[in-house]
Amino acid sequence: MNEPILNIVIGGEAGQGLVTIGQLLSKSLVRSGYHLAVTQSYQSRIRGGHNTFAIRVSRAEVEAPQDAIDLLIALNEETVNLHLAELSARGLVVADAGVKPSLDRWLAVPYAELGSGRALNIIALGVAGALLGLDPGLVEGAVDAFFGHKHPDAAAENQKALSQTYAWCQGKYMDAFQLPRPEAGKRRVVMNGNEAIAMGALSAGVKLCSFYPMTPSTSVPLTLAAQAGRMGLVVEQAEDEIAAINMALGASYAGAPSMVSTSGGGFALMVEGVSLSGMTETPIVIVVAQRPGPATGLPTRTAQQDLEMVLHAGHGEFPRAIYAPGTIEECFHLTRKAFFTAQKSQTPVFILTDQFLADSYRAVKPFEVESLEAVRPAENVQPVALPYQRYALTESGVSPRLIPGLSPHLVVADSDEHTEDGHLTEDLAVAVAMNDKRRRKERVLRQEVVAPTYVGADDAEVLFVCWGSLRGAVFEASSRLAAEKNRKTGVLHFAQVWPLEPSQFLNRLERARTVVAVEGNASGQLARLIRRETGFHISGRVNRYDGLPMTADFILSSLAAV
Amino acid sequence: MARIEDSGTFETSWCPGCGNFAILEAVKQALAESGREPHQLLFVSGIGQAAKTPHYLNVNVFNGLHGRTLPAATGAKLANPDLTVVVESGDGCSYGEGGNHFLAALRRNLDLTILAHDNQVYGLTKGQASPTSQMGFVTKAQPEGVRSEPFNPVLMAVAMKAGLVARGFSGDKKHLVSLIRAGLDHPGTALIDILQNCPSFNSVNTFAWYRKRCQVLPPDYDPTDWEAALKTAALWGDRIPIGVLYVNRDRPPFEAHIERREKGPMAEQAVDRAVLRDIIQEFS
Repeated sequence: MNEPILNIVIGGEAGQGLVTIGQLLSKSLVRSGYHLAVTQSYQSRIRGGHNTFAIRVSRAEVEAPQDAIDLLIALNEETVNLHLAELSARGLVVADAGVKPSLDRWLAVPYAELGSGRALNIIALGVAGALLGLDPGLVEGAVDAFFGHKHPDAAAENQKALSQTYAWCQGKYMDAFQLPRPEAGKRRVVMNGNEAIAMGALSAGVKLCSFYPMTPSTSVPLTLAAQAGRMGLVVEQAEDEIAAINMALGASYAGAPSMVSTSGGGFALMVEGVSLSGMTETPIVIVVAQRPGPATGLPTRTAQQDLEMVLHAGHGEFPRAIYAPGTIEECFHLTRKAFFTAQKSQTPVFILTDQFLADSYRAVKPFEVESLEAVRPAENVQPVALPYQRYALTESGVSPRLIPGLSPHLVVADSDEHTEDGHLTEDLAVAVAMNDKRRRKERVLRQEVVAPTYVGADDAEVLFVCWGSLRGAVFEASSRLAAEKNRKTGVLHFAQVWPLEPSQFLNRLERARTVVAVEGNASGQLARLIRRETGFHISGRVNRYDGLPMTADFILSSLAAV
Repeated sequence: MARIEDSGTFETSWCPGCGNFAILEAVKQALAESGREPHQLLFVSGIGQAAKTPHYLNVNVFNGLHGRTLPAATGAKLANPDLTVVVESGDGCSYGEGGNHFLAALRRNLDLTILAHDNQVYGLTKGQASPTSQMGFVTKAQPEGVRSEPFNPVLMAVAMKAGLVARGFSGDKKHLVSLIRAGLDHPGTALIDILQNCPSFNSVNTFAWYRKRCQVLPPDYDPTDWEAALKTAALWGDRIPIGVLYVNRDRPPFEAHIERREKGPMAEQAVDRAVLRDIIQEFS
């Protein structure tokens, strides 16, 4: 935590292009070698409202947002008024010369003099770049790459506005916001959680993604759709979420590694399909990007309210696995793993993410995909006993799976209870044998549970428990508590929340003096699940459910209040 | 070469006298005549007495959820375009629970053949009204009679300029075989609405009732004339036309719009890791 960190917030109305500025500034920072974590806050509307794009940047890795703002790039007066109170001690407001905040530290930018009206974004970007000491050529490169192919005639205009802005900034706060120079030669890409999920799926061999648009999940299928032609997959916008999951299941049955992506309300519609996956033993990967509910809730905010729903979704009894990535790298690798797990266990596998992580850009080492295998549904098949029986009773519960049409053998899958050959039955002894078979597959899942990550003192007095996207904020709170209060602290982060394997974590819980579950919900859903599975009661709780992402400040002030 | 025996014989759970028996025989005959081998065929069905039909055939079967036949069939066809995909279910599953999917499937126009057994009543749940039940049809669930106008699936499909729209009758098996074959041969979505009696729960629209009304379209009927097809598809009364009501030969199937580098089953397609590496680099 000794590396200086800077928190830049760009604020304005929807439609002003603040996301473009944010993305270009992020790319420029990452191309300069910095790490960052982006937090996007927006309202469920296309124009107007108040939106922010926050970039927390450092030479060291950054995984979480922070509350205090060091550099506020205000595209309108409302942004200044809303965020003045959040400025840090060195905080600076960058705003149009027409805005006159009652504040010492502000930079009045003469936008009208530095470029035309449509260059407003470029000027704001230029001011940020100049204050941060970024190489202007590098910023210009990012701008060209973004606008170049769309508006070739605007390139010269953008370049002029940028250089005029850099010149104007000379001598103004030039040292206040310059971070130590990063070491050279570490090439990174800028990717958010949903993009990493899409890349992980592509690397695992996804061939069909069906979806119905729902914030904050939609950028997964959109990212896939942009590459569908090059990667040879089909992305289909279905008529509703029910169609989406049934389409993916039909495709998976016919041999295509398949996925769906949705959020809580859409997932509610998919639930019968989850059960169909369980019954027909058809692999599927289901991405659920959480936002606050119930019902339509807060469509563009973040939450961790749907763990219990995803765990219990689908009538009847059948196994499942639920991953909850905490970083961009985990989004990629756990999505890959989800495809393999789904194929291996022939059951639904979930990626449980949320709006914060979905939209949070980070600097990541480009994933080295050359050595990564993809699932090959048609090649995994052992020689089968004839006549082929799709649901042959086996010791592991997993039956040899053939793909229809690829051999002379017929593949019969049924949502009714069925005999080994897949035909519907009402023989109750068969029903018991089939239920047992399906549930035996949980042992297959238990063999490869991702152990929770532990970071901290071996004999932690205060042990934090968290899951999914809260990882960065909780790690930061833990190390700050250790440094500032001289406490022995540790964090258990669960990137897989089902099945739970108590041997991987229970003794840590039992050894700590105080255990605190930090969750993005009101009821402590993981804490309750751990109690159900182990009997261990986590008494300390930090719960955030106002729709905003967790921060170390929130955790520490909640603890102080207890 | 496929033979009718290849379809096998199975014990069914249908009532004696059910129209499903004749439809099953017609399907077997059409499959044998089509020359397709059992493993090249996928039947996707939902829930209901009609949806059990694929269990009585030697074919690949995906017997999914009530109403969700068409999405599952769409996924399967996209995953393996080499499969001949037939969707078989009843009027409740196809037009009620699956109504939204019915419209979406007709819009997509994938190469699918829909066999909708239409007896104007729910059989498996014992006699409630279906979307095609006539006004005033009395059931235990509608003791005062059905209050909503019946859905006319063929009129809807013609209005949407679907790929191929036909209506058959279980009592005219030879004619029905020709319709199923036309559906199998059509390169887009083909709807075959098949009128059939339900001896247990529909004492109004009986076998004799249909027999009296169903009339094969005349040989000079032009199914490519959309406006004439609209009028013909709307006919329902003393005369119910059966046959291919409409064919849209101008509409390419959905598959023609998909930019894919490889044809054939997706299960056999590898990941181009060099291209993926480039895609990831583009995030810089």
